[in-house]
Amino acid sequence: MLKLSALSGQQIRSALNGEGLRLRIGLFQVRLSSPIPIVTEHVSCLYGDFATLGAQDFIDFDIAIQPPQSLRRFVRRQALFMLDGHCPFKPLPYAQAAAFFEWGLNWCIAGHSNQFLIIHAAVIERNGQALLMPGTPGSGKSTLCAALVNRGWRLLSDEMALVSVADGRVYPIPRPISLKNQSLEVIKNFADQTVFGPIVHDTTKGTVGHVRPPESSVQLANVPAQAARVVFPKYQAGSKTLLTPLSKGRTLLKLAENSFNYATLGLTGFQLLADLCDQATCNDLVYSNLDEAITLFDGFIA
Amino acid sequence: MKPLQPPLLARALIQPEALLTLDAPAWSTLIGQARCANVLPRLASRIQEQGLLTAIPEAPRRHLESALVYAQSFNRALQWEIRCIDLALKPIGVPLIFLKGSAYYVAGNQAAKGRIFSDVDILVPEATLPEVEAALAKNGWMTETLDPYDQKYYRQWMHEIPPMRHLQRQTSIDVHHNILPKTNRSCPNPQDLLANIVQMPDTGHWVLAPEDRVLHSACHLFQGGEFDQGFRDLSDLDLLLREFAISSDFWVRLDERAQRLKQPSALQSALRYTQAFFNTPIPAALFDDVERRPRSQFNRVVMDSLFLPAL
Repeated sequence: MLKLSALSGQQIRSALNGEGLRLRIGLFQVRLSSPIPIVTEHVSCLYGDFATLGAQDFIDFDIAIQPPQSLRRFVRRQALFMLDGHCPFKPLPYAQAAAFFEWGLNWCIAGHSNQFLIIHAAVIERNGQALLMPGTPGSGKSTLCAALVNRGWRLLSDEMALVSVADGRVYPIPRPISLKNQSLEVIKNFADQTVFGPIVHDTTKGTVGHVRPPESSVQLANVPAQAARVVFPKYQAGSKTLLTPLSKGRTLLKLAENSFNYATLGLTGFQLLADLCDQATCNDLVYSNLDEAITLFDGFIA
Repeated sequence: MKPLQPPLLARALIQPEALLTLDAPAWSTLIGQARCANVLPRLASRIQEQGLLTAIPEAPRRHLESALVYAQSFNRALQWEIRCIDLALKPIGVPLIFLKGSAYYVAGNQAAKGRIFSDVDILVPEATLPEVEAALAKNGWMTETLDPYDQKYYRQWMHEIPPMRHLQRQTSIDVHHNILPKTNRSCPNPQDLLANIVQMPDTGHWVLAPEDRVLHSACHLFQGGEFDQGFRDLSDLDLLLREFAISSDFWVRLDERAQRLKQPSALQSALRYTQAFFNTPIPAALFDDVERRPRSQFNRVVMDSLFLPAL
């Protein structure tokens, strides 16, 4: 299959403006159309390693990001997120159009994929062992995740762990890593070869930018991994790196709290989490120094 | 109106076996349309009960299976909610009559399969409203904050009291004493509805008579003026009519009840649009008779201009 980077900027633009750009994103097949330049820039910059699809392929989510058909096309411009021609959300400011695609796609996946137990977590892998980092916003999971994938870990997702109901394994959905505020600077300094998409200021989450996922992670997007460890990270300025054990029961409850569809899956959800906690080592982590945290993580695999 | 060629989604719901020949782009369209119209779980249930699920290509099948899981969890939650309402109202001895989606579920109707909705609707005699409201409040349901004007408006003119929401479960219940607002000239006498209610042997819960269930569904869809769930609601009507038509005198009784409950226009629209969209097998004699009645032409022109574009 043809990678997006094989298309010229003009081809990408005209696909987005015309009948849509068809992309394989993890297990999902998405058609995206948008006349908005920042969306073109975002996609060209961050999705280069993703496979494009043909007109005969099935599409899971047919998405359009476009200005509304009202005066808001001209005054304090807005962008709409449309799924199958309908708007599930209120519009956002025009400048956030590209981030809207990422947030909206998260919603599409989280709401329509009960073949997985979906946990709000970053997932990385090394030597076949997946490590889940669930976390509330501000816990530093995405920063830690961006740093680790810069040091040889494979990115499965910076946003959601897809635990398969069928086989209990975690399925990858590698996509651009979303970073906010100071984290953008931290990662820029930590790994200067990192590729960033357009940076947007003044969103409800502050300043937001996305990091291009490593090519190798995108190539392995159909290779699942076994969950070996669950770490709940917490960034605390000035703290030492402190890893503490967490009981299986407590881990299960915290994972359920961070899940989008635990209640929907009912007993199946509980059993999946129970199996996951049984097979995984479970920890809390407080950190402030990325290098120290990475040394610790590398030690998990030794 | 000439029968339309039923659109892809309608055809899928009435004849799931026709789906076996669809190609991938058609499946993408179908899944997207079903998701938008809030009938993906219903489509999945129809396919599953025909034993066709495994014959569907994997990519669209994942969406159908996911929707089935969701429908299952919805039914689990609904069953629990009904139990909670039952427990709350049992002490006051009012018969518990369910309406719309929860009624289809309680009665085990085809229209309940894969039907997702947000509120449970119940019907009680108007005189018992204060008791019912107090019993619900005692068990954790609270009137959503509405200003005194809204409160008065509901209580003076509407067919229901302001919606109540459960403090812990955040579920919503609409308590009705009629099926249309008092201000509506088609507002039936509630005694006529209550006289024909049917009790479920296993649970003791009540629902409207089959014909009244159809007419309530129709008047809710065509008199409510909101067609955002229009396709789903029309599919409800199709499924109800097909299910009840097995009883030989159903159509005659349906027509009689429509007159009695002052719902001739709702009946006309129900027959007209279910047949047009879903090829619902309606006796031709009844269909033609209803279309020829006074006011039918006016109603036809109005509804064709309002309902068809909305779908």
